[in-house]
Amino acid sequence: MQHGLDAAFSALADPTRRAILARLALGEATVMQLAEPFAMSQPAISRHIKVLGDAGLIIQRVAGAKRPCRLAAHALDDVDRWLAMLREALSRNYERLDGLLAAMESENETDSRGKDLTCAR
Amino acid sequence: MRKMTVALEGDTHVVVTRRFAAAPKSVYRAHTEAELMQKWMTGPEGWTMPFCISEARPGGQLRCEWTDGKGGDFYLTGHYVELEPFSRIVHVERMHLPDPTPDNHVETRFTADGAGTLLTMRMTLPDAETRAAMLATGMEEGMEASYARLEEVLG
Repeated sequence: MQHGLDAAFSALADPTRRAILARLALGEATVMQLAEPFAMSQPAISRHIKVLGDAGLIIQRVAGAKRPCRLAAHALDDVDRWLAMLREALSRNYERLDGLLAAMESENETDSRGKDLTCAR
Repeated sequence: MRKMTVALEGDTHVVVTRRFAAAPKSVYRAHTEAELMQKWMTGPEGWTMPFCISEARPGGQLRCEWTDGKGGDFYLTGHYVELEPFSRIVHVERMHLPDPTPDNHVETRFTADGAGTLLTMRMTLPDAETRAAMLATGMEEGMEASYARLEEVLG
């Protein structure tokens, strides 16, 4: 059994499935509506929908003969948090590190002053 | 001058570079000493890292815990694989949200660059799918925005 986040990442790895999610971000859609933009049979689209459903990313309901799909609430929260962490953390962290390094270097200079007058950069 | 760059390499790598106005020894120490890491690896605005274990030796444990002080918490676990003071670190890490993210294998190099340091961080994701998913979900756009902010800050 695949882990929640692993399943989400596998599901997101396919461009067709990402396009389906992008379409569903605009609102509920039937399988036929979802198949329209793709040069793909309805059963092929249905397979992608099953993968997205198994990963907990979308929810499909029964409405007569139709099976409209919608995005599951909070489906991408975990993935989003990780990505937000990566991109935010990197640039913000490095800005902070600039400040810390400046403090470390001036401390080093104070420490070594008198011991080694030639070490000034 | 201190612009961060992000590039893709092969199927599974992401390479980040950044220049710092300090010697490699200082930049390396800031990456391996828990007390120093807690001062800058704090992530988004408003978050802190109240707890950090960094056993900087091969096989040594790595654990960082973050909080926003409002009940938002997550942590990272991993271990060191190789260390060459003050030029290279290899480690493995994963985030726990609490579900663990795929293992990220990271090689960080510190190269003297004039009076400063060129940092090169090479991340290796488990497979092409994981990296594709990571990038497709907006990391690239996010990085662009971050560069723009950085440039504003650095003028």
